[in-house]
Amino acid sequence: METLGAFSLLLALCLAAYAFLASSIGGWKDKPFLVESARRSVYGVFLLLTAASAILVYALMTSDFRFAYVAERSNRAMPAVYKFAAWWGGQEGSLLLWSWMLSLYSAIVVWTNRAKHRNLMPWVVAVLMFTQTFFCVLNVFVEPPFQMLAVGRGVTSVADGNGLNPLLQYWLMAIHPPALYLGFVGFVVPFAFAFASLLKREPGEAWIATTRRWSLVTWGFLSIGIMLGQGWAYAVLGWGGYWGWDPVENASLLPWITGTAFLHSVMMQEKKGMMKVWNMVLISATYFLCIFGTFLTRSGIVSSVHAFAQSSLGSWFVGFLAISISITVFLILRRLDYLKSEAHLESVLSRESSFLFNNLLLLASCFAVLWGTLFPVITEALMGEKITVGAPFFNKVNIPIGLALLLLTGVGPLIAWRRSSWESLKRAFRWPVLVMGLTMAALLAFGVRHFYALISLGLCAFVAATVVMEFYKGARSIAARSQMNFLRAMVELTHRNTRRYGGYLVHMGIVLMFIGYTGSAFNKDTTEEVKIGSHFRIGAYELHVKEVTDGSNPNYSWQRAVIAVHRHGEYVGDLKPERRVYAASQQPTSEVAIRRRLNEDLYLNFASMSQSDPEAAIIQAYVFPLVSWIWIGFYVLLFGTIVCLIPSKVKYAYPKTQVVGVYERQPEPAQ
Amino acid sequence: MKTYLRFGILVAAVLGTLAWLAASGIRESKTYYKTISELKSMPQSEAGKRVRVTGDVVAGSIRREGTAVHFQICEKERGATLNVVYTGKDPLPDTFRDEAQAMADGKLAPDGTFHASSIAAKCPSKYEAAPGKAAPQPLNPGTTRSSL
Repeated sequence: METLGAFSLLLALCLAAYAFLASSIGGWKDKPFLVESARRSVYGVFLLLTAASAILVYALMTSDFRFAYVAERSNRAMPAVYKFAAWWGGQEGSLLLWSWMLSLYSAIVVWTNRAKHRNLMPWVVAVLMFTQTFFCVLNVFVEPPFQMLAVGRGVTSVADGNGLNPLLQYWLMAIHPPALYLGFVGFVVPFAFAFASLLKREPGEAWIATTRRWSLVTWGFLSIGIMLGQGWAYAVLGWGGYWGWDPVENASLLPWITGTAFLHSVMMQEKKGMMKVWNMVLISATYFLCIFGTFLTRSGIVSSVHAFAQSSLGSWFVGFLAISISITVFLILRRLDYLKSEAHLESVLSRESSFLFNNLLLLASCFAVLWGTLFPVITEALMGEKITVGAPFFNKVNIPIGLALLLLTGVGPLIAWRRSSWESLKRAFRWPVLVMGLTMAALLAFGVRHFYALISLGLCAFVAATVVMEFYKGARSIAARSQMNFLRAMVELTHRNTRRYGGYLVHMGIVLMFIGYTGSAFNKDTTEEVKIGSHFRIGAYELHVKEVTDGSNPNYSWQRAVIAVHRHGEYVGDLKPERRVYAASQQPTSEVAIRRRLNEDLYLNFASMSQSDPEAAIIQAYVFPLVSWIWIGFYVLLFGTIVCLIPSKVKYAYPKTQVVGVYERQPEPAQ
Repeated sequence: MKTYLRFGILVAAVLGTLAWLAASGIRESKTYYKTISELKSMPQSEAGKRVRVTGDVVAGSIRREGTAVHFQICEKERGATLNVVYTGKDPLPDTFRDEAQAMADGKLAPDGTFHASSIAAKCPSKYEAAPGKAAPQPLNPGTTRSSL
């Protein structure tokens, strides 16, 4: 069976390489026969990689410890779901997952466009299969998943495996990598379409319209992946909370930032024919950052707390990136005439301008994160000394950027295209600014003095007010005209232009997440050595350590502190933070106990028993205000993304504005 | 052209501010990578520098005194050891244990103890054994991996 797996991979590599060549030659020399055969090869690659993955998963599920991968990643006592998740628990398997997802995406693209874009498809397939070939090379030659344990020349087996790393044995972690990869891999599709239409000088914005859903779905998966990672870091790792600016986290954030910039700036191209070069650069950058992120997490180039270990993968990725970036840059430079803008910026006070600054800030943030992540590599190359920067650097740059972006989130949708006057701005922003002022005054009255927190919560109120106002205005006019009740009018309004109102919902999600992040300005923490039976305090809580119990099951042994929680003197329940030692790997883990509430989380970690006093436990207690709003905001964001994906009831045609060079005052367009 | 000039000024102002913030952020948080022996031979004038030092946790050296955690890390090749005390507020990572590879961030005190404000630990079994290193728990003795 292992032979079948390895051969499937090898065959997939050959077929992907063939599809790449056949598609490019077929597209170039206009040979429909070659193009068609390449098209079918894409399905073949998908089937072969599915077979290879199925064999690996079957080996994992049946605990076939002749496979080196299974023996190192799985053990008998592990629950079935984690045996399955071990597919992406190690380097070889997760690269196979990457490959498989790419082939799945490619097959879907080829199938859904089978009768469309005759001109573009050969090149789309070529780009997809070029990437696929690269990953298949890694699967076959660099990180083969089908290695067997052997003594001499005979295949052997072991009694039990090492087990999946216990830190990965958590439900969020089981789905975090696939979600993230679905995002990482997915950006190859819009990139392939952009590349193909650039190459063929395809008129119009067909590639944007075709890949709009793709970009959005991919962006949604990337958001899910990042958020699951945050949830995991918060609940399992307890290192620096949900975000630590670790290189691996940054690697997933970078394409998310450029992807967000892309989703915004394509609107400029669709509606105004502007920023064409820019969008091409953005989608290419997003695609390369996805590959780069995969490289960063696996090559060991930057030391990280949760990076995969050093491996020989690095040079392969550098080679692939160098080749594809050179080709793309060359192509964009050769096609600058095709990418000419059809309109000009007219005023600093315009929607165009707000998009421009949105992009500028996102890119600045992306650059800062990239710079900070690669700082040790850069300083070592330039100064011969490795220097790293920590969270203060990232926070210092990204907090102001984040707040400025939040401001634009509120301003952008209300400001007119082309140019806007101060008068109309005053009218549009009267209420939101009032709400912001009241919020900040209330916070000051309650004794909040933290500068950034004040600004942030004020802006959150401002943006929330603009979003609510937009929904209210639209729904009220529909309700009045068609005698609907207000709630139905809201749904109707959203359904008429899902992209716009779905976008507002996404913005609302971002606002709620900002509220959650702002809460971190008021975190409290304490570490206490407490005798069993006595108590300590943090914030409004009084914590009684009642007892410490222990026990074991086949997978791990545990020690558990039972702590009674009193809030303002009133008993609210027991929390039971736990320490485990996994049998197979002898790896200890901490299972924190969290009391989640909308206003604040109480977070307890059982660090260890005291070494000087066997009757005392060391407990770390934290209060994280507002942190739940991050997760709530995320669900709103996800809901908004889904709304954006629903087709609008009313098809809007956007006539492009041609500028003929007249600069006199235009009457205000009705908003 | 006036519009573009305005844009230019605004963009320059935004980027200038960010560059200034970035520069001060780097000044505040830059941390030098040092080995244990480099740290020990560091001149007095550099004593206040923030340093990141990596080593293997000496087996049996982890000791909790109240809420502080004391331990030693050592260099494999030269055998230099360093006493570290951690009093930071984050829980220690689960991977931090005897013989794990630990990375301590902090400053060297005049008495030769390293005061760490954060600890990261990578046990060799984290996802992957590094090439050349043994797997965390040897599988059957004498087995090798063979590719098809």
